[in-house]
Amino acid sequence: MGHEWLSLWSFLYGPLSIFLVGLYGLLTQKNLIKMAISINIMDYGVNLFIISLGYVPSAEAPIYTDAVKTYLPVFADPLPQALVLTAIVISVAVTAFILALTIKIHSQYGTTDLTKLGEMEL
Amino acid sequence: MKKVIALLLFLGLLFFLGTGLEQGLKLGDRNTLAGKAGEAYLKRTVNSADPSASPSQVEYGSETDIEENAANTLTAVVVGYRSFDTLGEVTVLFLAATGVMALFFASGKKKRLALAKPNFILSVSSGFLLPLIILFGAYVFTHGHLTPGGGFQGGTIIAAAVLLLYMAGNAYKAPATGLKVLEGFSGAGYLLIGLAGLLLTGFFLNNFLPSGKMGALFSAGVIPVVYILIGLKVSAELSGIVSDYMGED
Repeated sequence: MGHEWLSLWSFLYGPLSIFLVGLYGLLTQKNLIKMAISINIMDYGVNLFIISLGYVPSAEAPIYTDAVKTYLPVFADPLPQALVLTAIVISVAVTAFILALTIKIHSQYGTTDLTKLGEMEL
Repeated sequence: MKKVIALLLFLGLLFFLGTGLEQGLKLGDRNTLAGKAGEAYLKRTVNSADPSASPSQVEYGSETDIEENAANTLTAVVVGYRSFDTLGEVTVLFLAATGVMALFFASGKKKRLALAKPNFILSVSSGFLLPLIILFGAYVFTHGHLTPGGGFQGGTIIAAAVLLLYMAGNAYKAPATGLKVLEGFSGAGYLLIGLAGLLLTGFFLNNFLPSGKMGALFSAGVIPVVYILIGLKVSAELSGIVSDYMGED
């Protein structure tokens, strides 16, 4: 029972709550940089969840070496790891672009606060 | 009061999504390879034309000329089976780097970011560290098919070396034209390899080189070539982003 509970919390509820923390930040924060951080936290939640789908109990990393010459006893599933590698690179690219936009907005209007930007005559 | 409502909503949503997903998913100890749909695919033989023949036991260091002969299975997935996906990923990274550059230089030259005067220890040790970091990055992306790592990771390490140079000496300026040329050529090289696969084997980005012995440096056919090109491209792109953020003199 205890073991099952622990694995559910670390593989399902943990990543899900990280995702929801990011969602909360995205909905409540008004600072553009904090919103960028929230998007990144959501990324991490989703990545952790996808990685945990490929977890196999007492498995090796899916890399053949001198110590692990064949795929038996068992390898972890490499496909979710490959998908997460793609997702991490995309999130880095998107974050760089978001931050560049934020810097431009700040140099143009002098603020990164969404409510102040909304009140401005643009 | 608002925070309490937010917390309650958070917990409600967490348990709503969690209990909904919990039953169907094979998580943790419920997850065995035998329960996966891909098990037949994982164990299928690659040495015979009949896929339902008895499973072949792939062995490190002795197996030659099996398909996608990369010791790192993850690399075989990323640059072998899902190489088209990776081409799209590289395109997204390229678009983001171009967008950052366009944003910063649309309205004239940006003034250089005023960093604090570099620490003496940092500015002296960067000279020793720089070749080591670049060597390590190159090692990571040339051995992407054998050890953990690959083009994206190695490229990021090299971009960290460029960031170190910016931090260590205020006079440093990344060669923007050289970076653009390197980025363009390695991206075009990736496409050319894909087209060569189309021409020689009939499938875009298919492997057309001999696969060699699993675990050797010169093995896995086209995978190390593609990962070296990706490593060069990613390092040039991320260094370009770093130098865009730091600004001109």
